[in-house]
Amino acid sequence: MKLDPLDHEIINALSGDISDSLRPYHDIASRLNISEDELLRRVRNYEKTGVLRRMGAMIAHRVAGVDANGMIVWDIPEEHIEDVGRKLASTQEVTHCYARRRHPDWPYNLYTMVHGRTRKTCERIAARLAQEVGIGNYKVVFSTREFKKTSPRYFVK
Amino acid sequence: MTKLRKIETQVLEIIQQDFPLTPRPYEELARRLGSSEDEVFKAVQSLRKKGIIRRLGGSFDSRKIGYKSTLVALSVPKTRLQEVVTIVNSYPGVTHNYEREGKYNVWFTLIAESEQAIEETIAEIRNKTGAEIINLPATHLFKIKVDFDLGNNDE
Repeated sequence: MKLDPLDHEIINALSGDISDSLRPYHDIASRLNISEDELLRRVRNYEKTGVLRRMGAMIAHRVAGVDANGMIVWDIPEEHIEDVGRKLASTQEVTHCYARRRHPDWPYNLYTMVHGRTRKTCERIAARLAQEVGIGNYKVVFSTREFKKTSPRYFVK
Repeated sequence: MTKLRKIETQVLEIIQQDFPLTPRPYEELARRLGSSEDEVFKAVQSLRKKGIIRRLGGSFDSRKIGYKSTLVALSVPKTRLQEVVTIVNSYPGVTHNYEREGKYNVWFTLIAESEQAIEETIAEIRNKTGAEIINLPATHLFKIKVDFDLGNNDE
């Protein structure tokens, strides 16, 4: 989708926190000097084209009771990466699955995220996934601290 | 875990997935819940104040708006961790940053308007911190799950 400067301003506004007001879209529209209709028309279009994944409340992870976040990194022969990637992505436990460039000092080329209440849970999930895809060369890298977690802000001037 | 009032739970369940794109969104939510605009508005205010709602707004597909992203790992001695993290976190394009176990112990995601901007930021962080740093850009995306039960996995 082709975005113009006004789209950039709208996306910038919506990638922040909308105002604590009964008419949050009206507030944004008047700040941008456009009608509320024009704003909503454009935003609905972002939604239709998939530019906007969703408009909604982002909740804090810890509140939902999920504590351990395990990144499983896999070393997969290139010729199998497509197949294994797709298989892992199709499982319920895997929330993110990416193929990434290998590094001489870090030979992993597939990354999957799993979440669980304990590390043990994550390790068990990893072992089961490894068995399912028949790959032994993997590692679960746990997060021990969160240094930063923010929503991306786009088109910041 | 904070105890929520019934109306707070009900509103949260809806707006985690979809906050109405209408001129009076709280009135629309009230209609769906058989409640009043005022009551729904107050429930959302309370959820925001309690920190259960981290943010109310849009979640965008960064690739579809032309942004590039990558995953970066640093190897930092424990004694220098705080100093390095302060430098890394000062970049607005750094959206997530975690300490992880192992040789590479600082892992962050970086977004920027172009590949070139990504390379420049990484070079700058390398210069400022002197840390060993590896750039691990994605070559293929198989899945990002928008998990409403867990909150903001799509970000």
